[in-house]
Amino acid sequence: MANALTTLNEKAGAMIMAPVRLLAMAFDPPLRVWQKWTGQNGMAAFFLAPNLAVFGIFVLFPLFINFAYSMTGGAALFLEDRVYVGADQYQRLFTCASYLDPKGCAEDLFWTAVWNTGLFVVLQVALMTIVALITALVLNRDLRARSFWRAVFFFPVLLSPVVVGLIWRWILQRQGLLNYGMIEMGFEPISWLAERNWAFTAAILVSVWAHVGFYALILLAGLQAIPRDLYEAAEMDGTRPARMFWRITLPLLAPNLLVVLVLTLIRAVQIFDEVYVLTGGGPGTSTLFITQYIYEVGFASLLRNPGLASAASILMGGVLVVLTLIQLGIARRNEMRSGKG
Amino acid sequence: MTKMKSLLGAVALSLCASTAMAGDVRIMWYSDGVEGDVMKDLVDRFMKENPGINVILDNVAYKVVQEQLPVELEAGSGPDIARVTNIKALADHWLDLTPHVADPAYWQANFGDQFDWMRPDGSTAIPGFMTQITLTGGFANKTLFDQAGVPLPGENATWDEWVEAAGKVQDSQKLNAAIAIDRSGHRISAPNVSFGSNYIGADRLPGPLDDGAKAFAEKLVKWTADGRMNKEIWVSAAGTTYRPAIDDFVNAQIAYYYSGSWQISALSTKIGKNFDWVATGSPCGSTACSGLPGGAALVGIKYTKNAAEVGKVMDFLGREDIVREFTERTLFLPAHKGVIAGKIDFKTDDANVKAALENFVAATTKVHLNAGALPAWKWGSVYYGALVTRISQVMAGEMPLADAYVKIDEDIKAKVEEATKKQ
Repeated sequence: MANALTTLNEKAGAMIMAPVRLLAMAFDPPLRVWQKWTGQNGMAAFFLAPNLAVFGIFVLFPLFINFAYSMTGGAALFLEDRVYVGADQYQRLFTCASYLDPKGCAEDLFWTAVWNTGLFVVLQVALMTIVALITALVLNRDLRARSFWRAVFFFPVLLSPVVVGLIWRWILQRQGLLNYGMIEMGFEPISWLAERNWAFTAAILVSVWAHVGFYALILLAGLQAIPRDLYEAAEMDGTRPARMFWRITLPLLAPNLLVVLVLTLIRAVQIFDEVYVLTGGGPGTSTLFITQYIYEVGFASLLRNPGLASAASILMGGVLVVLTLIQLGIARRNEMRSGKG
Repeated sequence: MTKMKSLLGAVALSLCASTAMAGDVRIMWYSDGVEGDVMKDLVDRFMKENPGINVILDNVAYKVVQEQLPVELEAGSGPDIARVTNIKALADHWLDLTPHVADPAYWQANFGDQFDWMRPDGSTAIPGFMTQITLTGGFANKTLFDQAGVPLPGENATWDEWVEAAGKVQDSQKLNAAIAIDRSGHRISAPNVSFGSNYIGADRLPGPLDDGAKAFAEKLVKWTADGRMNKEIWVSAAGTTYRPAIDDFVNAQIAYYYSGSWQISALSTKIGKNFDWVATGSPCGSTACSGLPGGAALVGIKYTKNAAEVGKVMDFLGREDIVREFTERTLFLPAHKGVIAGKIDFKTDDANVKAALENFVAATTKVHLNAGALPAWKWGSVYYGALVTRISQVMAGEMPLADAYVKIDEDIKAKVEEATKKQ
């Protein structure tokens, strides 16, 4: 029986592989010629070409078009109908009496969004990393129903950001679930989404709730890759758990922590969807972030300004490039230190 | 670049799944209430009468009409017919139906009064017709006023009198707020006009914010700070985001709600017999008691490949008996002169609705000239956007009113400069 199954399996494999073999045979002669002409680098370029083409069409080309838009003015949609204005849009964004006080800027909402985003990034990234680490450490222990708890923490990641925003809006609005509970317990209701500090705090907490499962999973994978014998040896030496965490867990988890930190940072700079649904950027402009500013200027207002929106998004893209380069630099330095580089 | 434009247009079309076959007529439609169902019935009837024309009714969210349709139109694509509210600013994209409808004189006679709202200045085109005329106005929760023992203010009561009366109801019935106004620059433009404001400058460009608008802005901010006006509607959003306050009124959380006639059907459906409500027209300011007219229009799109079929569909939907049926079933105020002149039997058992519709019809006589001019003015939405963005910042405590006035003028000036840049 087992032999028959193996034979069947082999036959099925051969049938599936037949077209692949045919394709390989067809490509083999021209590839050999290509390799002869261009050497190993040429082959590398050949195999990278499809990916680079996708990257070029969907990332580089839009980036170039976006930059071109940022040098134009007017309300027309197509580049050919737009007026070349040089760096006017950038000049408008940077016209400020003081960058520390958005009110004195020509585009005060842009600088308000910049400062809001900066504060959000600092607080959210710190909180997200700490909560993800704690969650991963707890889920790595021998808990009862461990798989269930892992699923519970990961579940919000599967939700659409709009759903996340709506759920929390229903909870936090004045007639929401939270205030209902507070009134039942004899407390005064609070306008969570109409008070500046509460709304900003809610934006941070909701985004942490929505994404922490993903980052905890990355850290959990890192924790499980740490050899158990290191902990056993430390235990035999009588090392305290706190010291084991600082001396074994944290250093060996550093690469994963770096990934989490960078991904969280980039995601935090781009924050938009769930916060837009939750607070709409309010109260006032206290949760207005850069992406929402770009969306409002470029798409949402009835008289759109694609040039200004493009200039703002190019600046935001610049920030993200810098953050990515820093990440690459740190990762490379770590590899060099560990002797892999 | 022309090829690029065509390519992008084709992509936009396919993304919106709106490719139509020859002879097909695609209608982009949004609904506030039951009008989508009514329109579907009418379209089905049209197709029975005209078996050679296939009409596809795309029911979309209002946001799609506001944000995606303009992009499609710029790309030279889009549906064949659309129901829109931003009718003046996009007027260059509407199809002139004059050669495609059976009797242009009928259209001029019955819908002609609103054609200037939906065509470029100076044009003589027939772009479509208003599916409903709207008028901003207030609604009071009569049951709450009765329970509080507070009489409803009379016909010519001022904004201050309404807020004072609603405030007494708020205190008596322990409500969250006394009044609420939709978060919209359009909505506060009626009271602005009632306090003497005129947005339109001598050159038809936006004039600076005047004393009338400032007078009402001061009241709005004060009412919000005093807890009389529902803070959450205006404060808990940034920019031009629209936030209706209808849910607060439906849930009896406020005594007075300022919105407009298009809410009547929704109020009837959602409130049912829970409480009695009345339409009050617009409260008075220092110079008028005006509402702001407007509405939604059904327009042909000039990029259609099936203009003749579009003309037939529009002829059918603009027919007097069809407009009457649409009006009676949707509880909208009609634009058709023949329908207005005849008897309209609104299909509802709700006594509140019939009274409300009569009140709104009566309120149309009080529309101030400056308010009546706004629907045909292309810069209206620029003014509305600047007002709502900055006044809500003041309400949130981010800037004083004096700064907001400066910013409103700067915002409008920047938008106009940007929009009028030409190659």
